[in-house]
Amino acid sequence: MAEMKDIVLEYVINEYLEDEDEVLSYDSPLISGGIVDSFSMVSLKRFLENKYKISIPDGKATPEAFDTVNKICTLVNEYLK
Amino acid sequence: MAYSDIIRSIYTGTLNEIKEKGIFKQERFIHSSQAADIEVEFPTGSSLKKVINMCSNNYLGLSSHPDVIKAAHEGLDTRGYGMSSVRFICGTQDIHKELEAKVTKFLGTEDTILFPSCMDANAGVFEAILTKDDVMISDRLVHASIIDGMRLCAALHDTFKHSDMAHLEEKLQLHADKRLKVVITDGVFSMDGDTAKLDEMVALCEKYDAMLFVDESHSSGFIGKTGRGTHEKCGVVGKIDIITTTFGKALGGASGGCVSGRKELVEMCRQKARPYLFSNTIAPVVVSGVNAVLDILSKSTERRDKLEKNTEFWRKGLTEAGFVLKDGETPIVPVMLFNAKLSQDFSKALYEEGVYAIGFFFPVVPQGQARIRTQVSAGHDIHHLEKALEAFIKVGKKFDILGKTKQEIIAKYGQ
Repeated sequence: MAEMKDIVLEYVINEYLEDEDEVLSYDSPLISGGIVDSFSMVSLKRFLENKYKISIPDGKATPEAFDTVNKICTLVNEYLK
Repeated sequence: MAYSDIIRSIYTGTLNEIKEKGIFKQERFIHSSQAADIEVEFPTGSSLKKVINMCSNNYLGLSSHPDVIKAAHEGLDTRGYGMSSVRFICGTQDIHKELEAKVTKFLGTEDTILFPSCMDANAGVFEAILTKDDVMISDRLVHASIIDGMRLCAALHDTFKHSDMAHLEEKLQLHADKRLKVVITDGVFSMDGDTAKLDEMVALCEKYDAMLFVDESHSSGFIGKTGRGTHEKCGVVGKIDIITTTFGKALGGASGGCVSGRKELVEMCRQKARPYLFSNTIAPVVVSGVNAVLDILSKSTERRDKLEKNTEFWRKGLTEAGFVLKDGETPIVPVMLFNAKLSQDFSKALYEEGVYAIGFFFPVVPQGQARIRTQVSAGHDIHHLEKALEAFIKVGKKFDILGKTKQEIIAKYGQ
């Protein structure tokens, strides 16, 4: 789990952060905090699906479910089972 | 009464919130034609003030050009005022087809279709040419109308970091499984004034078998050696699959827009684009004016050459005075102030000095990136720019920002 958290966090930082000084944690609000917009969320979903060989239904890939790295990992783990 | 006090209070509450946030927009009334010198009523009810306009999209100074006005009069006299029909019923005149042919030739494309505005062109084009099996990959700073158009389309949408070609390539690889891929960008970005790397984008699109879409609204008429646009500047004329542009800025400044590009894509718009199918096209009087604009621009590059010189003068003057500018070569020259309130106070002080330039702040530009967006025109003569520069320097001294770095301005005023 810890490894997945770090992988997702690293992806989010590289993919979405414009300001290099900004610090993100596993619980930083990504969507509600304005870091990831709804248009850009799709690449995160596709990254997770490709990386973990899973398929997340569109109905489950909600802004709420994608709002923090911790929540994203919980969602991914549901489909890894 | 359906519009009850409760309903009214909901809207007055929302409007008050907008005012409290300091982002309530107010129009300033211009009592003259659009030009370098304008007469403005602001605040409402005050006496008219003569000011230099440094914030219009009238890049080529053609909004009130006598040849354009004459052509518009002739169009009105010979083709009437309105069409009272959409294009495919009985709303297409010979002059509409003439304009589509002229735009195709001017932009170096295969075909063109007119839309009531470029906002409508961007709103209609994606849904007309893509399906849920496809993907749209857009620069993160594209214009709001493109974002709206993508929202109306069933295709997957994704973004790449502004002008970051390595990131774009990653996205093209990520979405390699999609049926069709479209890379989407502005030619010149309206808030920063920088130019898309179309040569590199064309190469990437060829490598990954993707189409390239470019909105040339802030480029058509003046970017490139003969003013054809960003694709001319980047040496890729004929290689852009879809260009959208407006006639509401440099090309006469009235209204109207178009989709220009591959003939099959244009034909798909003619068959399926909803703003084309369900709205009247551009009025004859405006079509006649734009036809004259393209005649003027096809005969001579005098106006875009003057604009280029004016832009050099303006950018050099502001730089030497010690302002922080966004880098670029286009007539959009953002003077960076970073703080939202400072941008509003600076704009007011400029107005008192006889210069009309608007301050932009979040959410129009990113948080902490407030600015005065200045726009140079071929309608400006050097004396306009000298006077405007004097005003900028005077106001810059008043707020003590001349020669200051970004960090020093933020330290003084906050971000």
